[in-house]
Amino acid sequence: MSRLEAEQFGPEAPGPLQKLATLNWGLVAIVVLIAAIGCATLYSAGQGSWDPWAMQQALRFTVGLALAFGIALVDIRLLLNSAYPVYAVTLLLVVAVEFFGEIGKGAQRWIDLGVVQLQPSELMKVVMVMVLARHFHGMTRERIGRVVPLLLPLALVLVPVFLIFRQPDFGTAALILCGAGTMFFLAGVRLWKFLLVLVVMVGSVPLVWLTLEDYQKERIETFLDPGRDPLGSGYHITQSKIALGSGGLFGKGFLQGSQSRLNFLPEKQTDFAFTLYAEEFGLMGALFLLVLFALVVAFACIIGMRAGSQFARLLALGAGMTVFLYVFVNVGMVTGLIPVVGAPLPLISYGGTAMITFMIAIGFMVSAHVHRDVPIGRQTGEGL
Amino acid sequence: MKNADDQEARRTLTRRALMLGSAQFVLTGALIVRLHHLQVTESDNYQGLSEDNQFDIVVVPVSRGAVRDRQGRGLAVNRDLFRISVIAERTENLQWTLQQLRELIVHREFDAEPVLRSAAERKNRFQPIVVVDGLSRRDVARIAVRAPYMPGIRIEVGRSRHYPYGESAVHVTGYVAPVSVTELSDDPALGLPGARIGKSGIEHFFETALRGISGRRQVEVNAVGQWIRELPVEDGASGANLTLTLDAELQQQASLWLERGAARVVPRDSRAARRAFDGQRSPELGLAAGHGLVNLDAGGALAPPESGAAIVMDIHRGEVLALASTPGFDPNAFNKGLTPRDWNRLLSNRRSPMINKAIAGWYPPGSTFKPVVCLAALANRVVSVDEKVDCQGFMELGDSRFHCWHPVGHGPVNMEEALEQSCDVYFYELARRLGIGPIADMARRFGFGDTLGIELPGERSGLVPGEEWKRAKYGEPWQEGETLISGIGQGFLLATPLQMVTMMARLANGARAVVPRLVLDEQARSVSFGRLGIPKDHLAVVMRGLWRAVNGFRATAASIRDRQLGFEIAGKTGSVQVRRITAKERRTGKLRNEDLPRDQRDHALFVGVAPADRPAYATCVLIEHGGSGGSVAAPIAAEILARTIRNTVASGSPRVIPLPQLAPKRDDAT
Repeated sequence: MSRLEAEQFGPEAPGPLQKLATLNWGLVAIVVLIAAIGCATLYSAGQGSWDPWAMQQALRFTVGLALAFGIALVDIRLLLNSAYPVYAVTLLLVVAVEFFGEIGKGAQRWIDLGVVQLQPSELMKVVMVMVLARHFHGMTRERIGRVVPLLLPLALVLVPVFLIFRQPDFGTAALILCGAGTMFFLAGVRLWKFLLVLVVMVGSVPLVWLTLEDYQKERIETFLDPGRDPLGSGYHITQSKIALGSGGLFGKGFLQGSQSRLNFLPEKQTDFAFTLYAEEFGLMGALFLLVLFALVVAFACIIGMRAGSQFARLLALGAGMTVFLYVFVNVGMVTGLIPVVGAPLPLISYGGTAMITFMIAIGFMVSAHVHRDVPIGRQTGEGL
Repeated sequence: MKNADDQEARRTLTRRALMLGSAQFVLTGALIVRLHHLQVTESDNYQGLSEDNQFDIVVVPVSRGAVRDRQGRGLAVNRDLFRISVIAERTENLQWTLQQLRELIVHREFDAEPVLRSAAERKNRFQPIVVVDGLSRRDVARIAVRAPYMPGIRIEVGRSRHYPYGESAVHVTGYVAPVSVTELSDDPALGLPGARIGKSGIEHFFETALRGISGRRQVEVNAVGQWIRELPVEDGASGANLTLTLDAELQQQASLWLERGAARVVPRDSRAARRAFDGQRSPELGLAAGHGLVNLDAGGALAPPESGAAIVMDIHRGEVLALASTPGFDPNAFNKGLTPRDWNRLLSNRRSPMINKAIAGWYPPGSTFKPVVCLAALANRVVSVDEKVDCQGFMELGDSRFHCWHPVGHGPVNMEEALEQSCDVYFYELARRLGIGPIADMARRFGFGDTLGIELPGERSGLVPGEEWKRAKYGEPWQEGETLISGIGQGFLLATPLQMVTMMARLANGARAVVPRLVLDEQARSVSFGRLGIPKDHLAVVMRGLWRAVNGFRATAASIRDRQLGFEIAGKTGSVQVRRITAKERRTGKLRNEDLPRDQRDHALFVGVAPADRPAYATCVLIEHGGSGGSVAAPIAAEILARTIRNTVASGSPRVIPLPQLAPKRDDAT
């Protein structure tokens, strides 16, 4: 820790009230606006009623916002220190799903905690960001430049990815892999290693294929080619495109989306909530929402580049990437740009885990902003 | 050093964060391009698809126009018909419901299997499936009582076409039947279950007008096909009602008289009929006993109804009061759905019940053509009215002999006498002097050789031969002998009964080019037809000849001469040869028609007008292979004309026919 920094901030971190003043209120306002749009969309999905989704979603958002504030206001070094334990717990939950998970939606993704049904794989998206930020924070550039030290973070990624892949939930596994790859990239891992990993992955496809059960193969094939199942996901996408296209430039108007109101649009309150929104508000409404999400990601980039510690930088940028992946995959899916992966759009889609995951990511960003000038040593004790 | 390391890491991170940001920017751009493509470029397309999803167009059928006769009697009308359908989704157990229905519907068998199959195949489980159609009010009443206990059952009232005059008027009304694939057009009404389309007659000719324009209603449906709400869009227009010039009662009588021919008619359940039934079974009877009557021949055996045609036409306006063709068939049977067996019987019947012989039958006009030859001869000045031609029973041309129907000849006859006695030699002589060209010209002026444009499908043109026609058709030159037999309406000459009655009408109305019509149209009534350019005195001679052919001392239609009808008829008989009479037959004495097999007998033909002194109605009666025109066709024509005039007077038709007391100037003739 440099003396200069110590003089500026003092050895003690600022208290919560001081931090509240330095909060990034612009970001918070954008998130609240997105959540309001989400509630309106679910109000429309419920045929113009707060029941059964909109009210529940509003309550969950309140909880999520509180969680985000909590994460933002605790000392960032606490996040750093708890990264490995949180990761371990989440991994345990993923394993638990293997054994105790409810059979839901054809894949073992849920674990019932009584109040909420938790989807540990979803949670793993942000936990992965946190643990990798923690890990790379502790590595020197020289170690990052070598191969052997990278094997441990690689294992941190591949173990949960493998488990989630086995559930089977290829979409989430691929997204976690993608987010983790971004972390490796930002941490400064040499580009040729990415190429190498890519080559190895492509090469191992036939090997993995051989170990899969028939039903798993079937599932992967349907994922890659929805046309194989025209009454399943193919029907979903067709109806989604009709809803979007018929919305036109300015939409059919609030509560006027015929595709969703007459139930042609499946999963209108969850994965296809964006479609419902864009049917009623048109291209203009869709662009407005995309700009709001883009601003969130832009905030993450700016915060990340301005933060004083590698941990905060990686945390903010990783959280931003998580948000970006959510939005891109969901909107790409409902517009038929990429295959159906069953990914929700946070705050818009009805669903607790995605909301919590998203709000944790927001918490990470705000935390990195609030603690932008807090220096953190390579290891946990330093700077605390 | 650690700081330097951190600074280096920070530089790398910033560089890579910017790269990442750019990548995110590009990918977001891809999303926006995609959204723009869907929501702006392809928006119209998707809007259409969305509306297809949202709305079902329900075609609301309108009632088919009724067809009535000139007195307002229904010829083709609509009757209520009940249909039971089932909505599979609403039933508790489809199989059980169908079983219940089977027990309730006593009078009709129905098959549950297709209903179950159709219910299983249908994606839209809310679409009603027709279980049984065409139920009586009584059956429906039984079901209606039980309906509350059978959810999913729907009782629908449909309309069914009914033809009160059945087979007597079928060749005018035509019939409707289920739409065939080739008849499907843009009109969605044709695609409705239970849709009917006119297949022949007026029903076919005025199909579009009678069908009307179906209404359309938009129904908002959800993804499983449930109706959410109805939006009325277009009201349809009912089919136009048509009033025909036909007199249904006359039509029915004409049809009956035709079927009877010269036979004795008894009720079907009379003792004589039953005795005859025991004696023989004719396969043709099945379709012919529609009137509840059967024909018995002289020996008391069953005789099939005669096949033939009869037309009555107003000679001034062209209004057709009767247009019968026998045998007919029951149009109501087609509407219900004909069994293949009945259909084959109709097609294989040698008396062709499916053909409207009045407009589509081709026959040589025979002696009824002779007035046309007279007018051609007078117009071309090849003969004078009083010039006598000596008939020795035949005429020689080269090596051939052309025989008169009278074995020893009529002696010297002038034009009126030739018409009265139908002397063939006289007309051979006129034809020889004229040549075929002038005869053909005059024939065309009287309506032969082309369709007359009556409002029925399938009218045929007949044939007026000529030198060029023969060269084109057979590559041979015209023979003078062919001219001779054309002079008596035989040979290549072919005409429909409609053309023959039109000829008669034009002769009697002062040679105006009247054409037959079936639709009663007040405006068209005042239209006067153009003149054919025949001098009045020529017409007068011919009409006197025709009066004498019925009322003269040597009249060929003498069989009706002495009937007390209250008016007189002028007309012309025809016994149309359908075979060549051999020299041997001539030596041994002419064979009587009754001794020949039916299909070698002459066609019996009569054309006439009444009342003779102030002609109003023309008729043509043709009995296929009926024998002598004078003794078979003329009596039927007399009955028909008598009925026509009686009906006209009784109905107080605007034009009252004065019943003539006097015969026309008989002294002029002698």
